[in-house]
Amino acid sequence: MAEVTAPARRLAIITGLPSLPWLWAAAGVVTLVASCAIAVLTGPVHIAPATVFGALFGATVDPGQANILWSLRFPRVVLGLLVGGMLAIAGAAYQGVFRNPLADPYLLGAAAGANLGATLAIAFAPGTSVIGVNVVPLAAFAGAGAAVAGAYMLGQTVTGARSTIGLILAGVAIAAFFNAIQIYIQQAQTGSIRQVYSWILGRLTTAGWDGVLLVLPYVLLSVGVIFLHRRLLDALTLGDDEVSNLGISVRRVRLIVVVAATLGTAAVVAVGGTIAFVGLIIPHTIRLLAGRSYRVVIPLSLLFGAGFLVLADTAARTMLAPAEVPIGVITAFVGAPFFIAVMRSTRVSAL
Amino acid sequence: MRMHQPRASAKLAKPTRIAAVVALFVLAACGSAPSAASTPPAARFPVTITTPGGATVTIEHQPRRVVSLSPTATEMLFAISAGPQVVAVDDQSNYPAGVPTTKLSGFQPNIEAIAGYAPDLVIASEDTGSLVHGMQALNVPILIEPAAKTLDDAYTQIKQLGLATGHVAEADALVAKMRTQVAAFVSLVAKPARTLRVYHELDSTYYSATSATFIGQVYKVLGLQNIADGATGAATDYPQLSAEYIVNSNPDLIVLADTKCCKQDLTTVASRPGWGVIAAVKNGQVVGVDDDIASRWGPRVIDFMQAIAPRVQQLEKQAA
Repeated sequence: MAEVTAPARRLAIITGLPSLPWLWAAAGVVTLVASCAIAVLTGPVHIAPATVFGALFGATVDPGQANILWSLRFPRVVLGLLVGGMLAIAGAAYQGVFRNPLADPYLLGAAAGANLGATLAIAFAPGTSVIGVNVVPLAAFAGAGAAVAGAYMLGQTVTGARSTIGLILAGVAIAAFFNAIQIYIQQAQTGSIRQVYSWILGRLTTAGWDGVLLVLPYVLLSVGVIFLHRRLLDALTLGDDEVSNLGISVRRVRLIVVVAATLGTAAVVAVGGTIAFVGLIIPHTIRLLAGRSYRVVIPLSLLFGAGFLVLADTAARTMLAPAEVPIGVITAFVGAPFFIAVMRSTRVSAL
Repeated sequence: MRMHQPRASAKLAKPTRIAAVVALFVLAACGSAPSAASTPPAARFPVTITTPGGATVTIEHQPRRVVSLSPTATEMLFAISAGPQVVAVDDQSNYPAGVPTTKLSGFQPNIEAIAGYAPDLVIASEDTGSLVHGMQALNVPILIEPAAKTLDDAYTQIKQLGLATGHVAEADALVAKMRTQVAAFVSLVAKPARTLRVYHELDSTYYSATSATFIGQVYKVLGLQNIADGATGAATDYPQLSAEYIVNSNPDLIVLADTKCCKQDLTTVASRPGWGVIAAVKNGQVVGVDDDIASRWGPRVIDFMQAIAPRVQQLEKQAA
């Protein structure tokens, strides 16, 4: 009877258990709401909690403080949510697609491409805009897309569609190549070095509602597609041959998820810079604490990633207030030790 | 056989090998350039100079092949009539017109490329990439004149460059003239009825400069309160300020030193989210200055003050 039970078990992986534990979902929502509350209540300018909630719920408050809240603080928190959620969910998706624990949203060169695009724009087309949008995020978006597309095509030609190793190596090569060009331009154009650095270390400093509107469509689309594929990501853990036997095109799933995750990553990188570690630490922490099914990891990554980045940005805004600390420094400085602590207190399991 | 246009390549070579190659060029240069040029009467050599960093540098003869890797030093040298002695300046030096700009970099100095110009004096603003060590190995005197923190620092540097190049009288005259002009600007701006606040912007991500910097000292001399001084917790004199803080500080004057790098002006500043309520934006007191002038501590600080002082005067009249 072994021939009957084995496919049944496989089918169960795709359609059945485990679903998202309600307790964890609730914890994610609570974390998110609490993070947002802390973020809107704290900032380099002290504004009383009553004023903040008043402004949020439409009461008449001091116009100066309302301006700071609505023009600067609220959009920055919302942008932090989108960027953090997107990077974490994209990281989880990449880890699933490549079945590689070191995969993050920048695996196929998205960060290197975005950095190169941004550096080119900062150095050679400063302050220009296309149809009302600053050229720097556009160039970063294009650079990220170009790098990942290049890595994908290169990987396919080297080892074919069957292996993810070829793709990963192609990504590494593309990233190194783009980094080399980026550093060369940066060194040659020393006048723009400060701006390039502030880009690379991440910046929500200049965030406004226009940035939120710029990334929102991409994030919604990307998150939606990844969500729909969370069962298939679980199926991929069976191995390519097994999944093919079930009538699923591994190649198609991989392409769709990579395109979706890249689109979202490119969009948030375009406005937030290349914020490191979120896409790596959040999904792994969730895997260690809540379970490794993608039906658990994907939604929880979205919630906890958003909450984490909002808190990290609150620290970036307030630690040395009124000066800013680069957010990439915070995510790595806080994230890495936390991740190690979680790793040590649990037993690591496979992807 | 002298190399006139050395490529600023970033090739790595063993220091000893560089030294050997360079020594050859230096010897060739000495051999082919007899010291027949006229020496100004004021120049007395050797001179010994103690740089702001504390190093003593002895210059045996009046330099005829000066290489400047600092745009500020370049401006100072040409302002004290030492220009004809300058054979090469770095890629960032762009003032005054006609300076011998090369591909040499002050940020990534290439010892071999610098030595290719057979310098008898090198001036830089910082010792990056073992620059001092490399030049000492070649027996080329090198002066490090770091970013000035006060106007007096700048005056000292001008005088040191005068001494080093044999233009003591010209340097003294320039410093005296600058002192007079600064005093004139200071007397122009009367004591304001209330303290006026200034926000100095270095780039469009809100990097600024505190009073511990040269540009900050200029604002201090003009009696302005610099909002970047609120960022005392930051370890840097060039903090990145929060937009919330800038808007809340409501500066009376915004000085944009990012007109070239980032193409900022009153219109772009006014269109930033939440910035429309700032007094400086409402009153049009957003003044753009040349990024270079605002970032160098040379003679053109006078040009900078010329751009700022009338604005301060207007603001004081309004405040009175």
